[in-house]
Amino acid sequence: MRKLLILTLLISVSVGMVFAITAEDILMNIDKNMTAKTTWSSSRMIISTRRATRTLSSVNYSKGNDISYSEYTAPAKEKGTKMLKMKDNLWLYDPSTDRVIQISGNMLKQSVMGSDLSYEDFMDDLELLESYTAILDNDITYDNRKCYKLILTAKTSGLSYFKRILYVDKERMIPLYQELYAKSGIKLKTMKLSDVRKVGNRWYPMHIVFKDELKAGSGTTIINDDIEFNISIPDYYFSKAILKK
Amino acid sequence: MLLFILKGLLRDRSRSFFPIIIVSAGVLVTVFLSAFMSGYMDSMVRQNARFDTGHLKIVTNAYAEKLSQKPFDLGFIDIGDDFEQWKTDFPGIRWTPRIYFGALLDVPDELGNTMTQGDVFGMAIDIKDETAVRDIHLKEALIRGRLPRKADEILLSEDVFAKLDLKLNSTVTLLGSSIYGSMSLHNFTVSGTVRFGVEAIDRGGIVADIYDIRAFLDMPNGASEYFGFLPTGVYDDVQVQTIKKQFNAKYNTADEFAPVMLALTDQNNLGYLLQYMSLTLGMVSFVFIIIISIVLWNAGLMNSIRRYGEFGLRLAMGERKHHLYNWLIVESLSIGIVGSIIGAGLGVIVISYFHVKGFNFGAFTKDTSMMIENVVYTDLNAKHILLGMIPGLLSTIFGAMLAGIGIFHRKTSELFKELET
Repeated sequence: MRKLLILTLLISVSVGMVFAITAEDILMNIDKNMTAKTTWSSSRMIISTRRATRTLSSVNYSKGNDISYSEYTAPAKEKGTKMLKMKDNLWLYDPSTDRVIQISGNMLKQSVMGSDLSYEDFMDDLELLESYTAILDNDITYDNRKCYKLILTAKTSGLSYFKRILYVDKERMIPLYQELYAKSGIKLKTMKLSDVRKVGNRWYPMHIVFKDELKAGSGTTIINDDIEFNISIPDYYFSKAILKK
Repeated sequence: MLLFILKGLLRDRSRSFFPIIIVSAGVLVTVFLSAFMSGYMDSMVRQNARFDTGHLKIVTNAYAEKLSQKPFDLGFIDIGDDFEQWKTDFPGIRWTPRIYFGALLDVPDELGNTMTQGDVFGMAIDIKDETAVRDIHLKEALIRGRLPRKADEILLSEDVFAKLDLKLNSTVTLLGSSIYGSMSLHNFTVSGTVRFGVEAIDRGGIVADIYDIRAFLDMPNGASEYFGFLPTGVYDDVQVQTIKKQFNAKYNTADEFAPVMLALTDQNNLGYLLQYMSLTLGMVSFVFIIIISIVLWNAGLMNSIRRYGEFGLRLAMGERKHHLYNWLIVESLSIGIVGSIIGAGLGVIVISYFHVKGFNFGAFTKDTSMMIENVVYTDLNAKHILLGMIPGLLSTIFGAMLAGIGIFHRKTSELFKELET
């Protein structure tokens, strides 16, 4: 009887050890949900400033983490503006001047269309597992969902945010809340992700509020009205030729 | 008596030569320092008024909160009627609109792709208004080309022009954000280049017509700041504070876009700076009086030792101590007058020279964001001569008063005994 008890205990501990989730497992699951070979989306960006609230509509195409293309479709002032990101390069096309302008240097830290996102944020589409080391902290309840709390630290220098704190939905493996920090420890931005829906075989947040903590205002809301993953997108969409078309 | 003393000074140079040199040098230094610091302060006030502060400035409450950042997106739009009303309310003041903005200046290649680019800081003025052009000495600052005449023409700082290897009539694109935060791009033609002699502007500035920049930044009939200048052209803090009080009482409300008037001294820490420099000048004069007094005290003591016998004899002959003491003071006063006149004369020559030639501070102001002219001229004004002469006279009197106290220590009963030895 005593031997049976010890055996049962050993089996329980072993099973527990086998199934205990690690911080890396969580990051891998997040990456599975948030990244894809290709993505197409139709979205709206609602920007609130002290003077006015504007809504920009765009269609967006991306391939992996490095390449993406967006075309703004509304309002009239921004209609026809295009942005192409290829690895570390970002180009912008403006129909009113018929110019293709490369965004680089200090300009990358500037706000995109007056939003709380910088051009760097726009380009910052990385896989978390690849870029950060993670520590699993105490569980937390956020937005009535049971969450893991992860503390991420950059593996390499040169990332836009040295540290991130994530509240990850335990069931759907989507970060519902993120705090983004500079190396100095200053909280730079926060993200609130909600309206998590099943898209194909993955969960994806359709509503994101991005807040620049160094700026006044209520933040920028990004609403994905429609999104598709792993569809066929012609290479033409990811070449500079599309900008002036 | 004074003539008698002066004759004595000339004939016995050993008792007047050294003190006169000391007083002359001190007066020269004070006159020069006073004229230089005054010239420096005037330069700072003038440059700030022209480029950054006006004598007065009207901005929105929200803009005033972040004044140093010059957030044009918190500026005025569509306030033509209000502007006309302000002009009516304060008819003596000359008003002019300005927009300050930051942008990326992008130079295209022949295919319209980015060839080179750089960050620039823009200043938009009403180029059709001759006085607005004169305010910033734009014509004098022109290095090549001409002022913008047609729409969408800009002036670039000579440094930026050379750095980006541009040519006159090149087309460049400004990339910025509109007053509503949306992306804004606009093509401009470079009509000329400028150099203002102010490093903070020459490093990366552009000057454009406010009408073009209003279109670029989506600010119809707007401005980020309205500059006001007093009719005399010279800053007068008392007058400005009165106008400011009247304006703010009438127009300033709690609304974040309500107008608020600021004086020159409310901006760029100028109030504190000007006060600090005036105090420094007072301190310099005070320290000068103390140092020269000590030097002259010492010289007086040496003199007293040398003239010990003379004083003893005069006291023995019945001259009263007070009379002798007063005599010494009058004698030192004459030294002070002569020394001060020589020092002031030399001072006038030196400050006149630097009033014309100036000091070139270009090398020192290279990395500064302060609004100071590269060449600072001394201020040629009689007040500096007076400011130098007053401590020159006071110090000699104090020196003589301290040194002469020894006279009262002499005992009349021992005078003959002293003279015998």
